[in-house]
Amino acid sequence: MISTFISPLPDSKPCTVPLFCDLIKAGFPSPADDYSDSSLDFNEYMIKNKSATFVVRVQGDSMIGAGINTGDLLVVDRSIKPANRSIIVAIIEGEFTVKRLIKELGKYYLYPENSDYPVVEIKEEMGFQVWGVVTHAVHRFVKS
Amino acid sequence: MRYALVDCNTFYASCEKVFRPDLRHKPVIVLSNNDGCVVAMSREAKALGIPRGIPLFKVEPLIRKHNIEVFSSNYTLYHDLSKRVMDILRTFAAELEIYSIDEAFLVLKGEDRDDFAEQIRGTVMTWTGIPVSVGIGPTKTLAKAANKIAKDNPQGYYDFSSENSREFLTKLDIGDIWGIGRQYKAFLNRKGIFTALQLTEQSDSWIKKNLTMVGLRTKWELEGRPSIDMEMAPPPKKGILSSKSFSYPVTDFIDLREAAADYGTTASGKLRRQGSVCRYVNISVSTNNFRKTDRQYSNAATIELAVPSSYPPDIICAAQKGLERIYRKGYKYKKITVYLTGIEEEQRGQLDLFLKEDPRKYQVMKSIDKINKKYGRNTLNCMSKRDTSRWQMKREKLSPLYTTNWKDLPLIPL
Repeated sequence: MISTFISPLPDSKPCTVPLFCDLIKAGFPSPADDYSDSSLDFNEYMIKNKSATFVVRVQGDSMIGAGINTGDLLVVDRSIKPANRSIIVAIIEGEFTVKRLIKELGKYYLYPENSDYPVVEIKEEMGFQVWGVVTHAVHRFVKS
Repeated sequence: MRYALVDCNTFYASCEKVFRPDLRHKPVIVLSNNDGCVVAMSREAKALGIPRGIPLFKVEPLIRKHNIEVFSSNYTLYHDLSKRVMDILRTFAAELEIYSIDEAFLVLKGEDRDDFAEQIRGTVMTWTGIPVSVGIGPTKTLAKAANKIAKDNPQGYYDFSSENSREFLTKLDIGDIWGIGRQYKAFLNRKGIFTALQLTEQSDSWIKKNLTMVGLRTKWELEGRPSIDMEMAPPPKKGILSSKSFSYPVTDFIDLREAAADYGTTASGKLRRQGSVCRYVNISVSTNNFRKTDRQYSNAATIELAVPSSYPPDIICAAQKGLERIYRKGYKYKKITVYLTGIEEEQRGQLDLFLKEDPRKYQVMKSIDKINKKYGRNTLNCMSKRDTSRWQMKREKLSPLYTTNWKDLPLIPL
């Protein structure tokens, strides 16, 4: 179950996946034993700043071109400064959305990754805010 | 050395707003346990003149009129955001004392620059969405007083050291000083003392005689001499209390018995987390004394344990034994409290005693704690329970557990 590994709970211990399992034979120590504490931690991989990282779920197909599908989880880091072309969680007109931020000729746009949706130019009266920068999308291929 | 007191602005309401951008400039109120009273308000709600602590039903007309958003207390969410804020503050401090869920004292690092307060405010806001105000001063008491000014300051911070201290102390009301309670305030007012400055003008011996050593330390702190230590770890609790009001009147003994088991479990969990055991289990029940038409009854019993323990079945059995003594038929019970006292550090000797008695006890307990930590509170319980919803807290306006539960993650339409 993928979800166990990216738990954003600040209190959670790292969930680890052993790199290998060595069957232990009595009386015959494995030469690999010295290396057996290596393991993979998905928290470490996906979360650089625990205090500023949140997980959200998305619904819709406006970002499929960026590899974000309906039902996916997004890891959002609020401490990262958005750059041109960052995928961001934005607030616009008092609502959340996820789009690519584009700066062009001194103007800012929210850019969907699906040609069925319009590009939105950010105007001051929209109460635009960057909520956080999306660092990862988590997609599940099998039913849990 | 310089101290800072960082305080989250309207913390509970701010937590609710982090995940509700539609509420950004809207009035928000948060209710106490059982949705009884207003315990927290956003700035907009305060501006409507709602007093803290007012019962919910009294503000219903205002809620409708101003379209106020109402929330039950979502402690899981507040705790998660509080921990994030505290972790951020720790990176700014040489020492950190978590004073409450939304307040912390910091000892500033020596090399801190002038824009320290702005940096803290900016970082906490950007990373967590929680606004904070920062008061800075040469002592904890002055930092706390500076924070009060910071709250009303548009910049959100106030640095005592950069100000004229005489003027500051003249403006500081005696009742607003950290550590001066209502009784001392009344006493000092009777003696003609109304400001912090006047307090500092009294002799040490007079203050010690009338306000004890605690008051003298406060005076020294107001003079800029650090006299109150940072408390880095919370002291072990003197007594552990788990009590709830029922959302509807309970009459049945079986229902009360199960509630006693539930709160006994909660209390023993708190006990184990701080590595303590208790000697006495106190249980009390009471009817609703606001319902004048009901017959009133309240009583309490204390049971001494054979051996100090934190083992849930020991606590629960004692609580239920006590309940049998005090339960009277025919009353409508409103509240039940399990209170553990005679708290001591878990001694090696006691553990041994336990192990001799039944080593499996500790194994069971450890496993239960582990499972509940992993899968959430109440996954495993000591007593099989029937329907729990009836005696549990009324929380009709509870927001989702946005940060701690996979099912409750914020959902963003694309």
